[in-house]
This record gives sequence, C-alpha cells and structure tokens, in this order.
Amino acid sequence: MIRLQNIEKVYRTDTVETLAINGISLDVAKGEFLSIMGPSGCGKSTLLNIMGLLDEPSKGNIKIDEQDISRFSDQKLAKFRNQKLGFIFQSYHLINDLRVLDNVELPLLYRNSSAKERKILATAALEKVGLSNRLKHFPTQLSGGQRQRVAIARAIVGNPQIILADEPTGNLDSAMGNEIMDILINLNKNEGTTIVMVTHDESMAHKTHRLVRLFDGSQFNNQKLC
Amino acid sequence: MLKNYFKIALAVLKRRKFFTFISLFGISFTLTILMVATAFMDKILSPDYPDYKRARSLYVSTMEYKNTKEGWMNRSDVSFYFFEHYVSTLKTVQKMAISSNAKASNAYVNNKKLVIEYKYTNADYWNVLEYRFLEGKAFQQREIDNAELVAVISEETKKAYFGDAKTVIGKYISADNINYRVIGVVENVSKTLYNFSGDMYLPYTISKDYKDIDLMGGYNAILLAKSEADVPKIKKEFDQMVKKLPLPKDFDKIYCNADPFFANITRRIAGGGTSNGLTKVVSIISIFTLLFLLLPTINLVNINITRIMERSSEIGVRKAFGASSKTLVYQFIVENLVLTFLGGMIGIILSLIAIHLINGANLISNMHLSINFTVLFYSLIACIFFGLFSGVYPAWRMSKLNVVKALKAQ
Repeated sequence: MIRLQNIEKVYRTDTVETLAINGISLDVAKGEFLSIMGPSGCGKSTLLNIMGLLDEPSKGNIKIDEQDISRFSDQKLAKFRNQKLGFIFQSYHLINDLRVLDNVELPLLYRNSSAKERKILATAALEKVGLSNRLKHFPTQLSGGQRQRVAIARAIVGNPQIILADEPTGNLDSAMGNEIMDILINLNKNEGTTIVMVTHDESMAHKTHRLVRLFDGSQFNNQKLC
Repeated sequence: MLKNYFKIALAVLKRRKFFTFISLFGISFTLTILMVATAFMDKILSPDYPDYKRARSLYVSTMEYKNTKEGWMNRSDVSFYFFEHYVSTLKTVQKMAISSNAKASNAYVNNKKLVIEYKYTNADYWNVLEYRFLEGKAFQQREIDNAELVAVISEETKKAYFGDAKTVIGKYISADNINYRVIGVVENVSKTLYNFSGDMYLPYTISKDYKDIDLMGGYNAILLAKSEADVPKIKKEFDQMVKKLPLPKDFDKIYCNADPFFANITRRIAGGGTSNGLTKVVSIISIFTLLFLLLPTINLVNINITRIMERSSEIGVRKAFGASSKTLVYQFIVENLVLTFLGGMIGIILSLIAIHLINGANLISNMHLSINFTVLFYSLIACIFFGLFSGVYPAWRMSKLNVVKALKAQ
C-alpha cells in the first residue's frame, strides 16, 4: 500500500544541516496497522508527514497504492490526499470557528459533494465515534477525548484507504487513550483501513500489527506483533 | 463550499473584533469619501437641470490665439459677435443657446446689500435649456429686439429680494440702479453648473459689449443638433469655419472648439491648442483615485497578512485534507470580499449621512447630491478593487505555506 525507498530528509538553515531521516525503506501492506516508536526528535513525525505527502523527502521514492507521487502537481497531490489519506493529529487541529459537523465535513468540501451528502456522511462518521449528539457544538466546548474523536470522524468521513495518526493518544489520559485506540482498531478490523500511527506509548503500540522503531533518523527495529 | 467560506469569514470577523473594526473603518471611510466624490462628479457630468440635451449638444466657451513663432498665446471666452456672425451661419446647428458669463450687481433690500449675479442670454437659450418656470415665462425675440429691461429671476432671488410675495410678475427688481421688470421666475440651478446658474437672466441686447467686433469676449454657447447623429457633422462644419476665421494681428493660429460637455470643462482646466485636456484630467483623476485607494489597500494587505498567518494551523489542516493552493487563495479572497462588502455597506450608510449633511449645509449653492445607480455601481467597483487587491497577495503568501510548518504554528 505504502512503499518508501531510501528516504532521506535534510533540514537546512544558513549554517546547519540536520539529517532528520537517513535512508529509511519501509513497506506498509494494505489493511496493516503499523506503529512507529522512538525517542523525541528521532524523525517519527517527519516520516509520517512524508508518508502523508505533507512534506517532501530530500531523497528517495514514495509509492502509495502503486502510484509514484514524486511528480504530482500541487493540484493532483491535494486531490490524492483528499481521496486516499486521512490524518489524526496529537493536538487535534480542529477549526475552532466551525461547529463539529462543519469540521467533519471539511474533507468532503474539496470533493464537491453536495451539502446534503456532506451532512449525511459527516453525521454517520460522528455516529461511528459516538458523538452524534454533539453536531452543533464548537470544538472548544468539548473535552480532549471528544475533540480527538471529532478529529477521527474527520479523518474517516471521506472513507480513505490510509489513516496516518501522529500520537493520537498523546494528549489524553489512559482511559480516553484506550477509547481512541479501540476506535482505530475497529476501523482497521472492520473497514480494512491501513493505519500508520506514531506513538510514545508502548502499550498502545503493542495493540497494532507491527512496530517499527527509529533512532536518529534510521530504522533499527522492525517487530511483528500479531 | 461558498456557504462554508461565508461561515468562516463571519466567525473570523467576530473573533478578532479590533482588527475587524480597523479593517471596516478603513474600507467604509475610504468608500464614503469616494462615494461623495463620485456623487459630486456625477452631479457635474450627468445631464442635470436645466441642461438635459447633452447627448446632442456641443459647447463652445474658449477662444485661443497663438503666435507659434514667438510662443505668445492669448486665451479668453468667446464674443457674442463670433456666435452671431460665424456660428449662426452653420447649417447643421439646429439651435444655439448663447449666454454671457455671470456678472455681479448690487441690489439693496431693507438697506441690506444683496449681490445678484446676472447673465445675458438670447431667445433660443430658453428653448435649448429646459428651465422650469415657477411663474411667468422667458423673454422672447420681440423683447430682445426692443432691448426691453425685462428679467427672469431665480426662485432664490425672488425670496431674497421680494420676501414671501406670492407672485412677482410685473414687479421691478433694481440692480446697479437699473430697474428690470420681472417676467419669469425659474427654479434654482446648482452652482456646479456655472454656465447655467444665475440669479437673474437678461436679454443680451441690453448688454454693452454684444456689438464689440472681436472674436474674444465674455460669452459661451451650446450648439444643439437635430439628433445625436448630427453632432459630428456640427463639429466638422464648426472646425472648417474656424479655419477660415480672419487672423488677428500678431497671431498666426486660432483655436476654438465645439466640444462635448466634459471635454468643454477639461479644455478650460487643462487644454490648450489642439488638446482638449481630457486625457490629462482623466489621468490626474485616475492617479489620484488610485493613490487614494492604494493607501488603505496597503493597510488592509498588512492586516490581512497578520490575520491569515494567525490561521496557519487551519491552513495546514485544510491542505492536509485536500485543499490545493488555488482553492485556498479562492477561499481567502471570498472571505476578504465578504469583509469589503460589509465595509461597503457601512460606507453606503455613511455616504448617505454625509450627503444629507452636505446638502443640508448648502456648501455649494443649490447643489443637491444624491446616491443613484451610477454612484452605487462605481462604489461596487471600488469594493471589488479593495477586496481583490487587499486579498490576493496575503492569500497567495498563505497558500505557499508549508503544511508541516503551518500545523506546527499552532
């Protein structure tokens, strides 16, 4: 589903060059739930951003669903992200000026879906995460766990094949974290969605199919869990 | 999609109340000034009482002599003699309204001095221009031929001189110790139409200078064509006639033109020789307007950049979920247009208040400004100018933001 070949990412300033990722190759199979762990600054999020086409690698190739995306235009890349990928961020990144329903509808806006269709799909996604009673609320009126569930609803509303989650439980207590994790596991199991999750939490990582450990921008362990 | 943009635009406006106030104040204040200026220009340039036949009229008001070798130039209004002896021979002119420049005379009412501006006119002046008579009528050819001391006065003069008298026809008005019999009272004309406004109108035959044999004088005229299609014919015949005018001593060129209304004004302001000054005046007005719009636009650009950069995280999210740079530029321009149209609406309300105050203060005698569709149309153009120019650059900068950096900015 996702194929990374010799990915390198270098951050350059006027005086310093920092190698964030150093020649990582990784395959993620369709329907797989993969977790990435490693100490802070080891390049986990950078790798996830590159997989999610939010950032460009300095070197290497990325193929998603057999498509080489390196030559995609901005327009085509946007369309590809919209249709194939869903994102969950540690700090939710909900738009506070919009109500919950409008936040969840966001990916569908860029598909030119009708307002009616958007509302039906967004309501269904919020039902899946158990928030159908919070449609008219603003994000600031919700708890952290509820916000993350809204973010998950937003990530799945467009029915993407891949979900990329950057520390989705990082800001939550363990009970909330487990709830979110259950939602992701069900999504993977029932819908066959491929999930790549960056986490600091060993127990969460052990609920996934495979764990990749990074250190100083390189992959040093690839552990099959189930 | 548009509904979503509107929602977010309104939410952002509500969220940053101070920025919103500054932006709206800038837009509405600028638009108010522009709208009042447009209303003023519209008052001057659109056909207005009593000059309604502009489409088939040409205006003659300057005579210029030039000595091209020495570089001398002499410029003045036109003489009655020129109109009577030369222009009246043109076959394409249906009617010619001749009037003198306004001259001041003194009258005394209850020992108080009253300045009365009077003009001499011919009989066709009353046929070409459509003055509204409140009582009486205009003087005819008979009164002109007999050089009768009759006068048509304005409503304002009637009130100032005769007070609340119901009718003044047949009464006498004394100006510079000459008694004129009032035969008509017309509605006031705005001072902005300086060729037609006056306190008192008299037959030209009682003037001292109408017999002067000279091309230069103190008169101007409107040449009325039978139809709009005939206007270029008048122009052509007029130009040919001017070429045949006898050259005055010491000069080798004569310039005199029959112009459309606006060109007639620009010729007086910025014209000379063959140039009617139209391009110069239009350019100056355009540059001035552009500069006037540019300052608040730059201010808005700055505010918009700050506003947009505050929303980096939202931009990152939108990009992550499928918004292309183009879509984001579109979104922010729509948002900015919402803001500018809101400012525009406030601007219209402020303009209505300003115009009401200006009309009430009677800053320019008898000038009544109004906001009509023309003024609204130009205001709409100004709004779009504001919205686009102040939104495009910040939107473009924002759309180029790196998604990861944008998301980290929260």
